[in-house]
Parts: sequence; C-alpha cells; structure tokens
Amino acid sequence: MKLTLEPILSAKKVNAYFGAFQAIKDVSLDVAPHSVTALIGPSGCGKSTFLRTLNRLHEEIPGARFEGEVLLEGEDIYARGMDPVQVRRKIGMVFQKPNPFPSLSIFENVVVGLTLAGVRNRHLLEETAESALKNAALWDEVKDKLKAPGTSLSGGQQQRLCIARALAVKPPVILMDEPTSALDPISTARIEELLGEMKKEVTVIIVTHNMQQAARCSDHTAFFLLGELVEHARSPTLFSNPQDRRTEQYITGRFG
Amino acid sequence: MRNRAANLGDRRFQRTLMALSGSVVSVLGLIAVYLVKLSWPAIREFGLPFFWSTDWDPVKDHFGAGAFIFGTVTSSFLALLIAVPLSISVALFLTELAPRKIAALVAFMVEMLAAIPSVVYGLWGIFFLAPLLRLHVQPFLSRHFGWVFLFQGPPYGIGMFAAALILAIMVTPTITAICREVFRAVPETQREAALGLGATKWETIQLAVVKSSWSGIFGASILGLGRALGETMAVTMLIGNRNEISASLFAPGQTMASVIANEYAEAESSTHIAALAYVGLALFIVSFVTNFIARRIVLRLQGGASR
Ligand SMILES: Nc1ncnc2c1ncn2[C@@H]1O[C@H](COP(=O)(O)OP(=O)(O)O)[C@@H](O)[C@H]1O
Ligand SMILES: [Mg+2]
Repeated sequence: MKLTLEPILSAKKVNAYFGAFQAIKDVSLDVAPHSVTALIGPSGCGKSTFLRTLNRLHEEIPGARFEGEVLLEGEDIYARGMDPVQVRRKIGMVFQKPNPFPSLSIFENVVVGLTLAGVRNRHLLEETAESALKNAALWDEVKDKLKAPGTSLSGGQQQRLCIARALAVKPPVILMDEPTSALDPISTARIEELLGEMKKEVTVIIVTHNMQQAARCSDHTAFFLLGELVEHARSPTLFSNPQDRRTEQYITGRFG
Repeated sequence: MRNRAANLGDRRFQRTLMALSGSVVSVLGLIAVYLVKLSWPAIREFGLPFFWSTDWDPVKDHFGAGAFIFGTVTSSFLALLIAVPLSISVALFLTELAPRKIAALVAFMVEMLAAIPSVVYGLWGIFFLAPLLRLHVQPFLSRHFGWVFLFQGPPYGIGMFAAALILAIMVTPTITAICREVFRAVPETQREAALGLGATKWETIQLAVVKSSWSGIFGASILGLGRALGETMAVTMLIGNRNEISASLFAPGQTMASVIANEYAEAESSTHIAALAYVGLALFIVSFVTNFIARRIVLRLQGGASR
C-alpha cells in the first residue's frame, strides 16, 4: 500500500522473540502522520508484542529479543546509542487496564511525564495539565478535584486520565493496547470519539480485538495472524474488500 | 447422609480443638494477670513516675525504670534507622533488579539470618563485632565525628552502639521479607506505566514501587520494632548492662529486657522482684501494642493486594 505522506513511523522487518519462541515474524508496517491505525487479529497473534516493540517496552521482559528496525521520523529507535528512555518519551502508551499511579493525585498523574523529564515550572505544569485533560475530554469532570487521588475516578475516567497522561508530554505517536476492553460501552464510546480528536495532535496506533471499533475509528487497519502481518490497507477497503482469504475469513467471523 | 456416631465424633473433635485453642488464648490472659499481680507492690509504691525516674537502687530498695526505657527506645530506634533503609534496599534488589536465581539465593540467606538463635548472635557480637567496633569503627568515628556528642567517650566496643547494630541485623530479615511481599504486590502494569512514560529503571522503582508502598514499609518497620523492643539475649550480651543514661552511643546501657535477664536471679527483696515484674509488664504492653498495630497494617495491605 502506498501512503501519500512520508510515514511518521515505519517498522522494517521486525522480528520479536520470547526466549526461543518467535512471536513476531518479519513484520513491516508504515504509519502515516495524524492517522489512526488499528491492529486487529485473533487473541495471541502478536498484536501487543508488536505494539510493544514500537516503544521498546518489549525488551523489558526477561528473555525477550528483537530484530529489525523501527524508524520514528526517519530515525531508527533501535540504533546503537539510542536510549530507550528517550524513545518512550516520544512514543507514549496507553494500556489495556487503566493504570494511574495510586499514590499520585489526578493533577500529578497527568503531569508525571513532565516531572520525570525535569519540568518544575508550576505554571507550565498547570497549563499542560489543563490542556491535556481537555484533550482527553476529562477536564470538566475533574477540574474541581485535581488533588484527589487518580484512583478515585471511575474506570472510564481513569483510562481517560491515562490518555491525558500520555498526551501531556506531547509525543508524536501514542500506542494504545486495547484501551477500552476493560470499560463499559459508554466509556468506550467516549474514548472512540476521542480518537478522532486526538489525531489532530498525534498519530495513534491502537490494538483492538473489536472489529467494529477498528472499522469505526481507524483510518488504516493491519490484520495480524500467528505473528505475521497478513494485510494492511485503508480501513474501509480492508473491511469491504479484503485481498487475502485469511483476512476475509477473520472479518466475516469464521475464526478468531 | 452422616451417621450419628460419626457426627458425635465430629463434635467431640471440634470441642477438643476448641478447648485447646481456648487454653492457648488464656495463657495470654494469665501472663498479663500474673504480671500485674507480681508487680502490684511496685505499681503501688512507685506508680507512674517509675517510668521516668532513673534511680534504680536495689540497696536502698528504690526503683525507677527510666534508664532502661531510654535504652530500649534508643537501641530499637537506632536499629530501625539502620535496618529499614537496608531492608528496603535488599527487598528492592530482590524484587526489581536481581536475576531470578540470584534473588532466590539471597532471599534464602536473608531468611536464614532469622533462624539463627539469639544467643549465637550474642556470641558473634562479643567475639567479632565488639572487638571490631573497639579497635576500628569507634576510633574512626571519634576521630572524624568526635565533635558530635554521640561519638564521644572511650571506645568500649560493647555498649549501645553494638547492641543497636546486632538488633539491626536481627530485625532485617523480618522487615525485608515483608517489604518484599509489599513490593511484589505492586502490579506489573504500574511499572509499565512508568517505563512507558520514559522513566528510567530507578525512577520506575521510585514512582511505581516505593511511592505506593510506604504504608507497607511502615507496617514492616513496626513489626521489626516489635522484635527489637523485646529482644533479650543478644542485647544483654552486648549492651554492657549499666543502669545509666548516656549521650554517647559508645557508652554501655541497659534495656528493659536486659535488666530483667540480668537481675531476676539475684533479686532478693520482694520490692526488687516486683519492680522487675513492673518493667516486664510495661514491656509486655508495649510489645503487644506494637505488634498489634503492625499486624493490622500488614494484614490490611495483604487483603488489599489480593483484591
Ligand atoms: N511475556 C511473555 N512470555 C512468553 N510468551 C509471551 C509473553 N507475552 C506474550 N507471549 C506469547 O506471544 C504471543 C503473542 O502474544 P500477544 O502479543 O500478547 O498477543 P495478542 O496481543 O495479539 O493477544 C502469544 O503466543 C503469547 O503466548
Ligand atoms: Mg494483547
């Protein structure tokens, strides 16, 4: 598939292993800036593993190994001398289960990425917190209780707090690993709505096992099976006119 | 359907177990009652000022436990001051940094420390630790920090400093074990949240692990404190057993536990015995309350972690 714009993120021949087990096989994927790319596929096909190679979180697992290249704005994040800590500041992540820090307040949770980066200017922190919370559609609900613990919010609010926390450091790319799978339908709908807004600011790669969700809110969809990338296309195309038989079988619900 | 005989057997069995458990519980009550009874003459004669009067004089039959309370509090807190940071570090190393095999080995050895009998710690303290302190550590401290009142006076080796060190070693396994459990209960998703935000390993440990574990660390410390307060044998062997309050850590002292161990055999007057029992009663109450609080904290955390 040709992208009209230069890709902001580009995975080239990515292989990922857990010990001797190869979870990702030769996956190459280009991601256009300011787009939402959905990764779909049956459980265990390697969506999370692939996502976690994109911000070098994969290597934190004991025994995990990586081969290949991942270019962020043309620069290989796995290049020698690249600091994974710096990489992760540019590629944010939202996880399956909301995971705000219980010891931090709502406000502290939102700006924790900045404080980690050494920002101490109170005014700047407050400004950033407000805009990140607004972008995560949470501001109105929490503006009067910013000092309350992050974990005092509902599950859906906690997940939007985690999105705000990721947005606050203004990374060019945000990875989301099934961010709505632990949430109720209303919270899910709010976050799906949010994706459309978010892509004005960032590029989103989202794992979902919900095909309707992929069809509703992504520009591109990549279908994974047994660690391989089977098909990658514009979402309307992939869902209406899949090129690969395995994709067709999956989206028509014949397996997975 | 159960047959009746088996049912009867069941009930007898149940009653026996209940009676046995009841007798264990009543021992606690019996000890408390007996301590009060034994110490009653001293309670009547010396009342509350017993706890701050430092005049302990078997010859004149006048008793005050101030020096021992000072000794117990000082040695225990000093021990915690050393043991808590040490235990936190060891527990963090075990849960966050060490490869699994090394962690298992180190954890095993730390647990073995808890299995060493107190008197063996005492022997080691007398024949190894005290000479080391007397010949090297204390001269070094008085040379460089001698202007601090804590490090003044002749280096005896044996004294408050040695007692606190041995206590620190003895309570470290307890505190480490609980801290380790507390750190292990921190969900992996918390660590990933921190890593995902661009936290270094060290920042991840602080942000995701330590910050959410303070109440657990506190509970572990209080449990360690409970052990330190009541520890008798090793402290008696190392503290020097002198009934006075001294500002210097090098000086000998006395704790509530050590004075009882030292004097009960030679106590001749009934007032002396009552006074020792009064010290014992106070120690009993303090240990009981400390352990109660610590267990409450730790249990609540364990309940919270498994939820
Ligand atoms: N920590 C791990 N250790 C070993 N194998 C793992 C680990 N995590 C995932 N795997 C394996 O890698 C494969 C891909 O897993 P994953 O990426 O989590 O799949 P998905 O997110 O698509 O459900 C699965 O076969 C899974 O069992
Ligand atoms: Mg997954």
